[in-house]
Formats: sequence, structure tokens, C-alpha cells
Amino acid sequence: MTAQRVTGDGEAGRGQENGTPLLEVRDLVVHHGQLRALDAISLRVLPGEVYAIIGANGAGKSTLLRTIAGLHQPTSGSILFDGKDVSGLRPDRRAAQGIGMVPEGRRLFGSLTVEENLKVGATYARQGPWNIEQVYDMFGWMRERRGQLTAQLSGGEQQAVALGRALVANPRVLMLDELSLGLAPVVVQRIYGMLPQILQTGLTILLVEQDVSQALRVASHIQCLLEGRTTLEGRPADVTADQVEAAYFGLAGDGPAGRPGEGSEQ
Amino acid sequence: MAWVNAIIQGVLTGGLYALFACGLSLMFGVMKVVNLAHGDLAVIAGYLAIFVITVLHVPVLWSVVIVLPVMAAGGYLLQRTLIQSALDRGVLTTLIVTFGLSVVIENGLLEFFTANSRGIGAGMTLVTGSFKIGSQIYIAYLLLLIFAVAVVVLLGLQYFLSRSKYGRLIRAVADDREAAQLAGADYRHVFGIASGIALGTVALGGIAYGMYSNLDPTTGTDTILLFAFAAVVIGGLGSLWGTLLGGVVLGVAQQVGAQINISDELLAGYIVFLAVLVLRPQGLISRRAGS
Amino acid sequence: MSLATQTIPDLAGDVRVTRSRRNVAWTGAAALIIVAVLAYFPYIVYSGTTAILVQAFIVLTMASMWNLLAGYAGLVSVGQQGFVGLGAYFVLILALHGLSPFAALPVAAIASGVAALPLWWLVSRLRSGYFAIATWVLAATIMLIIEKFTSIGGGSGMPLPGFAGMNPTLLTADTYWAGLAVTVLALAGIYLLLRGRLGLVLTAIRDDEVAARSSGARVGLARLLVFVVAGAGCGAAGAVLAISQLQVQPEAVFSIQWTAEMAFATIIGGLGTIEGPIIGTIVYMVLQQTLASYNAWYLIILGLVAIVVALFARRGLWGLVDERLNIRLFPVGYWLRTGDGTSKGP
Repeated sequence: MTAQRVTGDGEAGRGQENGTPLLEVRDLVVHHGQLRALDAISLRVLPGEVYAIIGANGAGKSTLLRTIAGLHQPTSGSILFDGKDVSGLRPDRRAAQGIGMVPEGRRLFGSLTVEENLKVGATYARQGPWNIEQVYDMFGWMRERRGQLTAQLSGGEQQAVALGRALVANPRVLMLDELSLGLAPVVVQRIYGMLPQILQTGLTILLVEQDVSQALRVASHIQCLLEGRTTLEGRPADVTADQVEAAYFGLAGDGPAGRPGEGSEQ
Repeated sequence: MAWVNAIIQGVLTGGLYALFACGLSLMFGVMKVVNLAHGDLAVIAGYLAIFVITVLHVPVLWSVVIVLPVMAAGGYLLQRTLIQSALDRGVLTTLIVTFGLSVVIENGLLEFFTANSRGIGAGMTLVTGSFKIGSQIYIAYLLLLIFAVAVVVLLGLQYFLSRSKYGRLIRAVADDREAAQLAGADYRHVFGIASGIALGTVALGGIAYGMYSNLDPTTGTDTILLFAFAAVVIGGLGSLWGTLLGGVVLGVAQQVGAQINISDELLAGYIVFLAVLVLRPQGLISRRAGS
Repeated sequence: MSLATQTIPDLAGDVRVTRSRRNVAWTGAAALIIVAVLAYFPYIVYSGTTAILVQAFIVLTMASMWNLLAGYAGLVSVGQQGFVGLGAYFVLILALHGLSPFAALPVAAIASGVAALPLWWLVSRLRSGYFAIATWVLAATIMLIIEKFTSIGGGSGMPLPGFAGMNPTLLTADTYWAGLAVTVLALAGIYLLLRGRLGLVLTAIRDDEVAARSSGARVGLARLLVFVVAGAGCGAAGAVLAISQLQVQPEAVFSIQWTAEMAFATIIGGLGTIEGPIIGTIVYMVLQQTLASYNAWYLIILGLVAIVVALFARRGLWGLVDERLNIRLFPVGYWLRTGDGTSKGP
């Protein structure tokens, strides 16, 4: 199944849109041992937008973010940040360039307090509008509880701290890996509700979500992955629910997963 | 009264053992590395101090000021080169490489300095003297000094880890290396700092031991490494003050053993160590499981 | 599901799974010839040479055991010298009660293996670094306990009885054959052990322990078996050591040097291969003989080489040979034999 590149107004693709991409991935191939997790993935994230990557479990979404962050080495392909090839940089060097990430499962420093977690995030911070006080202002409850160990916080609160830790470094592109994982819907809404505030400070967001409707609500551009390949790409306004469903599950025509029950009809 | 003296001696010796142990605990806690050459590096520090004192005619306590930074820097370099390479290749390789390093150091010392034991003679009443409490309790000045130094070092370490930027980074990297990298930390550099600190403390322990007793090429493993590890296990991994507690328990066990039978000093210590290993492997003060 | 990217070769004809390739039959025959020649040595060679060979046999046996522990079961033991000492002292104790040391040898080996059982109980739950140091402490503890018994020599040791009136040439030859027998049995035993179920379980553990456990492999039992065998093997080596030195001294038989030698020989030769310890022992003996007058130097060089090999040539010298020539003297893996030729197994 070839990727459906859905654009509005008959445009030929993102290349025609104005602005150079802040983050660009070209033909990225990533393996986990012998398993090909990503098969020649490409994407372009323009400054200031919210780019969402959706897909089922195992589709390769988190692998993509981790590879961009530098935690995983690609087999081939390149990653460009602000026009420069960062493929050879270590994760901490990429962070210094301005690539920030809130990893899947939050990954807070368990033996450190809330404030210490933020301080670590701020250790190698770049210049910018975000600092620890700003984060406390954004999340009203955090200032009072800043001396608590993060293990004592609820899931949503931990997610907030993880988000704050990434923000205080003043990244230029903020990558969010499965923010909604393990959180109640109300909490998820609240956290996603903070995105506009974050965007206002000049950040660009690349997020990965299993919750499709949530992604469609916040994104300015979406890309769907299935088994390491792109099955859909375009603006939320330009895609139909059916198209998304088909891309997500790969049920249309000669999709990678094939048609269930095909052989049994005889 | 001999028993009281024995126990006091054991408690104070615990300070020396804590100096041996805190570096080992730090390295294992942060990097999951058991550096089998830990003790031998302390012996190198001792020999270095002897060299500085006898050849460069530097006063004894000044030798510490010179040797410690050298050892700490050496620790950083050793970590960034040899140990990191071994770590990248797995736990097995790390054990093999540090074991190899231990053998090379010991035999190197044997080759260049012979098997003769040497002491760091401070030549002052500080080192050889003791004072009396009451009529029958003797406390050696040197041991008391070493215990005090150990407490100061532990306090310093605690402050460093809890308040300073690098202390926070060390704890963060120990908790979650990848998340620390995402926050911009070069974990290899942080590992190096932890190793530098570890070697600085164990060097202090080696010099102290050279003053209190004698150093020979095998002291590194026979005495320092095994005692350090015993103190860490008994006290509990993950707890800095646990190394002091563990050292004290070990020291007391040894002195009690010596009271029972003069040649059973070492054996008593080992038996207590093995008992803790079997019955309570997480140690007396446990923050996280040790094995 | 199209996730797999490796294409499976188109197999023409039937496919058979075999234990070894054709040329192994030749190496098997060669091995038998070598053993036969070695057995003949005392008749044709000076006693100085046989003494050196006995040393080599001791190191080779110990190295094979260390390889079994570290290379196959993932257990880095820095305390095998404890079993070496136990083996030596078991021989001493039996000899003091009238048994010929040569007859005591097999008993000592078995006793060492049995002694490994309670020791395993002490250390089995420990991981890597903790396990290593615990074995070291155990060995040191065993030595200290044994030194308390003056009836077997206390701290200074004692000569090994049972050789009174024996023809020196015969004694040298018997010692040599004992050493050869122990080594051959050790290697053969390890080979057979790894060729069977144990070998499969150990390889599975090496690749992925969690998966191995969940598929039912008795991981704990496999490790116990390896520890016991290694204990018996090192005990046998210690028994040969006692016989060859005609005395048993605690500091000598319990020395950490044995672990250093067996570990370095294994690593340089090739960890995780049965052939490795053989090559490593040869390297060790060559080094030791050429640097004999330089005391500690051969250990320094051996140690440095071992470090370099561990970092840069993980499978040791044998690994380098194996990759080029694709031969296995001791076939413990499986080969996939297709109609046209063979493709490599694990």
C-alpha cells in the first residue's frame, strides 16, 4: 500500500509549502537486531507546527522519536535539524542543538525530587523563555510539592514534571512520546491543553500518539505509520475518518497486513 | 577491659574501612561496575605517597595534598578509557578487564618494588601515640584521626551528591542514563567524575592504611578490596553512611574474633560478611536491593 | 506478516541437521593420535619436559573449567583457587590415612565437586560482580579454616606422604600420566556435557536468559551443574598439583594466581569455545618458559594481553582462527546441511 499523501487544494506536497523544515528525516531505515522497525521513513516538520505521528503498537513511532533523539542508531538515512545533519551526534549533543524529548513512560529520575529533576533538565539549558519558575507558574501545584520525590506523584503529575524537565532546557523542537500512556482521559486533556501555551513561546512540537482522536485535535499535520512504513500523511482537515482508520489498521486493498480471512473463502 | 578496647578499636577501624568502601559503593551504584582493581589503585596511591615523601622530601601530610588530585585525575582517565571500553562490551568484560588490571598492577608493584612491605612513617606522636580514657582504655591517635577523616569525607560526599550540580547529575545518570542524555548530560563524563571521586577517596584510604599498618603489593586485594566490599555489602548498597556502618561492623567482628583467637581476626570478618550475604544481601541499611 | 527481512535461502532438496561437518572425523582421529603420543612421552622424553607438561595439564584443566563457568554459564568466578586447594587437601588427608595419592586423586575430585554444592547455595543468588567477590571471599575463608588444622600442616603446610620408596622415574611418569588423564577426562567430559542438553540450555541462557527461563529451561539447575563440574575439575587439578609438588602448602594451593592463570589463558585463547583454553594454555606456557627468569613479568604480560584481547578480540585467538577457517575441533553446535552444501549453524 503506497502512502496516501493527502493535501488540500491540489498541492503536490509539502515541498511547495513555504518555510524550510526545522526537523527533517530522509529515508530513515532503523533495525532492532534483525527486525526492520522503520522502512525508509521521511518527514518534514515546519517551525511552529504540531506534527503528530500516529499508529498502532509496534508501528515504529517511538523508535522514530528515539532515533531522532539519538538514542538509537539508524541503519541508513539522515536526520537534519535546521538544515544541518545531526545523524552523527550523540544524544546530549543533539539536546544542545535544541532537540528535546519527553520520553515514553516519563522516565523521571526516581531518587530525585521534583525540583531536582527540573534542575537536571536546566543544567545544560539553552537560552530562552523557559526556566524553572515558568514551569512552576504553568503547573500551579508544582511549586508547593517541589521537594517531593517524584515516585510519590500521580501519573499525570509525573507527566507534568517530565514535560517541565524538557521545557527548561529551552529546546527548539519538543518531541512528546505517548503523553497519554497510562493516564486518565481528563488528565490527558489537561496536559494537551497546555500545548498552545508551549507553542506560543516559539517551540515546534513533534508528537507520537496512540490516541488518534487526541492527535487529530491538536495536530497541524499528521503522519500514520504501520509496521515501519508511512501509510498516510497530511493535514487533519484534509483526511477523513475512514482514511485514517484504513491507514492505521492497513485494511485497504493490498495493505501490508493483507486481508484477513482471505484464504478461507474457497 | 580487653574487650572494651577491642570493640573501640573495631569501631574506629570502621572509619578506615569506610574510606576503602565509599568509592566502591559509588562506582557500583552509578555505573554498576565492580572494579576488582579498586584496592590495588589505593596501594598505588600509598606507594606514590612514599615516593613523594622519601624522594621529594615532602612532609607527610603534604603528600596527601599532592597524591590525591593525581589519583582523582587518574581515576577520571582510567574510567574514560579502559573501564568505559569494557563497560560498552558488557559486565563479563568489565570484570575480566578490572581483574586483569588488578593482576598487572600487583605484579608490576612486585616487580619494581619487591614484596617487601613498606609503611608511611609519619614519625610523629600523632601516628604512634595514644591517649587513655580512665585507667585501662587506650585509643590510638591515628585511628581516631582516620575515623574523623572518614566522617568528614562522608559528610563531604553527602553534601556533594545532594547539593551540587555534578552530584545531581551523578544521581540522575545512575537513575536513568538515557533520560539524563536527553537532558543534555554526557554520561561518560559524569561516570568519569564519579570514578575520579572514587579513586580520590580510596587513595586517601590507601595512604591512611600505609600509616596505620604496612603496604605490600598484595594489600590491594587481600585487605583493601575484600574489606571494602564486605563493608559495602554489610552496610547496604546505595547508602553512603551504610559503608561506615558496614565498616564498623566488620571492624568489630574482626577484633572480637581476634580476642577469641589471635589468628582468627580475618576469618571472623569473612564469616560475618558471608552471613550477611546469605541472610540479608541487601545489607543493614537498604535503599535498593543489592544483588 | 512481512517483518522478517532476512531471506531464507531457497533450499533445493532435503535438509538435514547434523552435529558436525565432514572434516571433524579427521580432527577426532588426530586428537586420539596426539593423546597416544603424549601418553608415550615419559618413555622418550626427559623428566624436565614432563614436569613442564604436567604444569601445562594443570593449567589446561583449570582453564577449561573457568571457560565452562564464564564462557558458557556466564559465571565469572574469582575463587576457583578454593577448589584447587580443596582438591590438594583432600588428597593430603586421604594420603595421611594410608591411601595412595594416585588413588586419592579421583576421590578428591569427586569430593571437591560435592563441596561445591553448599558453596553454590551461598552464592547462587548473586549477580556478576557480587558473585565474583563472594567466590573470592569464600576461597579466602576456606584457606583460613584449613590453616587452623595443624594435623594437616596448619599455616606452613606439609609434605605429601605415600611416595616413600617409590622409584623417582616411575613417580615422575605416574604424575605425568595422572595429569594427562585428568586433562583428557576434563576436556572429554566438558565436550560431552556441552554436546547434550546442557549445552543447549547454556547457549539459550547466553543469548537471552529471560526467554530461556520462560521456555522452561532449568537455568538454575544448569548453572549448578556447571559450578559443580568446575569445582570437581579444579579439585582434580589441585590434586595433580599436590602430587607434582610432593607437598601441600596453603598459600601455594589457594593462591589467587591460579585464577589469574586460568582466566587469562582462557581469555587469550578464546572464551566460550572449548578449543580456546587449549590455545591459551599453549600461549601461557610459552610465555612462562621464555620469561622464567623474570618472575612476575609473565603475569604482567599475560594480564595486559588478556585485557587487550577482552576488549578487541572477544573470541580470543581461536575466535580469529575460527572465523577464517570455519573449523570446529569440538563440534557442539548444529549445522544445516542442504543438498548443495552446508550453511552455517549457530
